[in-house]
Amino acid sequence: MSLVTMAYDATLAPFVEFGFMRRALVACMALGLGSGPVGVLLMLRRMSLVGDAMSHAVLPGAAVGFLVAGLSLPAMGLGGLVVGLAVALLSGLVSRTTAVREDASFASFYLTSLAAGVLIVSLKGSSVDLLHVLFGTILAIDQNALYLIAGISSLTLVLLALIYRPLVMECFDPGFLRAVGGRGHLYHVLFLLLVVLNLVAGFQSLGTLMAVGLMMLPAVAARFWAVSLPGMMFSAMLVAFLAGIVGLNISFHTGVASGPTIVLSASGIYLLSFLFGRLGIVRQRLSRPHLAG
Amino acid sequence: MSCPDLKGAPIHLDNLTVTYQRHPAVHHVTGSFEAGSLTAIIGPNGAGKSTLIKALTGNMAASEGRIDRAGMSASRYGYLPQAAEVDRSFPLSVFDTVAMGDWHRLGIFGGMKRQDVDRALDALDKVGLSGFEERRISELSSGQFQRVLFARLLLQDAPVILLDEPFNAIDERTTRDLLALIRHWHEHGRTVIAVLHDMSQVRQCFPQTLLMAREAIAWGATDEVLQPHNLRRANMMEESWREDAHTCEIHEEQA
Repeated sequence: MSLVTMAYDATLAPFVEFGFMRRALVACMALGLGSGPVGVLLMLRRMSLVGDAMSHAVLPGAAVGFLVAGLSLPAMGLGGLVVGLAVALLSGLVSRTTAVREDASFASFYLTSLAAGVLIVSLKGSSVDLLHVLFGTILAIDQNALYLIAGISSLTLVLLALIYRPLVMECFDPGFLRAVGGRGHLYHVLFLLLVVLNLVAGFQSLGTLMAVGLMMLPAVAARFWAVSLPGMMFSAMLVAFLAGIVGLNISFHTGVASGPTIVLSASGIYLLSFLFGRLGIVRQRLSRPHLAG
Repeated sequence: MSCPDLKGAPIHLDNLTVTYQRHPAVHHVTGSFEAGSLTAIIGPNGAGKSTLIKALTGNMAASEGRIDRAGMSASRYGYLPQAAEVDRSFPLSVFDTVAMGDWHRLGIFGGMKRQDVDRALDALDKVGLSGFEERRISELSSGQFQRVLFARLLLQDAPVILLDEPFNAIDERTTRDLLALIRHWHEHGRTVIAVLHDMSQVRQCFPQTLLMAREAIAWGATDEVLQPHNLRRANMMEESWREDAHTCEIHEEQA
């Protein structure tokens, strides 16, 4: 067997031969398109762990959807969206009207959400159903789920393009944006909407617990490759694509669960970026002669 | 240095009170910043100086009393926030940061035309940062970054300019250059209000002063305000709130 054939079998063959692998790959790529830029902005706003908390907040809504309509993506997605948004807005409201900081109020809400979600699923479903909701089933993605993910990614990119300028100003200098009449809270809420939407898009593939994986890990890895905001967003998308390809391949060839493998692949890329990225530790430690001015 | 004459607008404070959790940071302040005046706001830490600036920009609401901006919207004011309130690690270029000053012309969707780009480059040139356009702001020194924020103010081209501790942690040369800009704005009729700590700077460069210790201790010509008895009174202000404070009995008609 030639080297080319071996490489083909190891990388492309699963996607050429199996429809479910192709759909899973397209889902990963679509997720990366939307989640990558959103993750970069979350990271730059020092809200990385808030993203994690919000992914848990989606669970009770998805669980109510599951209770009403079984494993139906539209019902679970809608439930996740409504509850995720409610938690995001309530946490923001608590932190703005009291002395409790936003991360602390998010932590309180997400723990409540997680417990409520698991309880609701256990009321009707089996532990297998609970595992589906918590960890996702990317290989079972169907046409409708793909449309939902692609729709959310497209909406994310369009909305980000529309509010890019004030969103950047709100991250960098919120006082200035408010002073020039830029209504910073509106863009903050729109941004939280995008976070929740992308978590909803990710939860069928990766589950509520790991949906944030394809959002944050590519974003943090991108920090080691790019210095500009658009560069980071683009790098995060590429890392998410790569994590999808590598993770699905490893999962296919070794028979391990695909969702965690994709997230672990993103972790691997993060580690490599940290070591060998343009701004990674190895290049920074390389002893090079200093410049004259 | 060219700067079109743009008549500054007056600001009248009428019994203004601004609070944090019901405790007053600015307490029943009444007075006026005249059009085209150059005023320093001074006072000990916790005296309400920055709170007053935030109230003037519209970032904080009055709990009592009002601010009369003589028909001008607060969004047309130029504003320099304290350095600590800006995220300098954000991946922005110097040019993009300065271009934010064009918000009132461009809004959310407006694209920069050639003349807008030229104006931004001109503003950078005026603060001595030509050639820095593509630099990341995270790579700048504190003084250089403050110059960038002044260039953003130049681009804002505002009739009223509010500066919150503009010279903190910057060197003498940068301070001198930026003070020259402030003087230039004043000479061209802009209303300029700056929160400062350096008394000698205030005496030398600012004709008007508002001395605060939550309330206005003195407000007027700098020489008259910076009298020892006024400074002593301001320094006697208790920094912390009194948790057992009763409800304020002073009302609008009494103030």
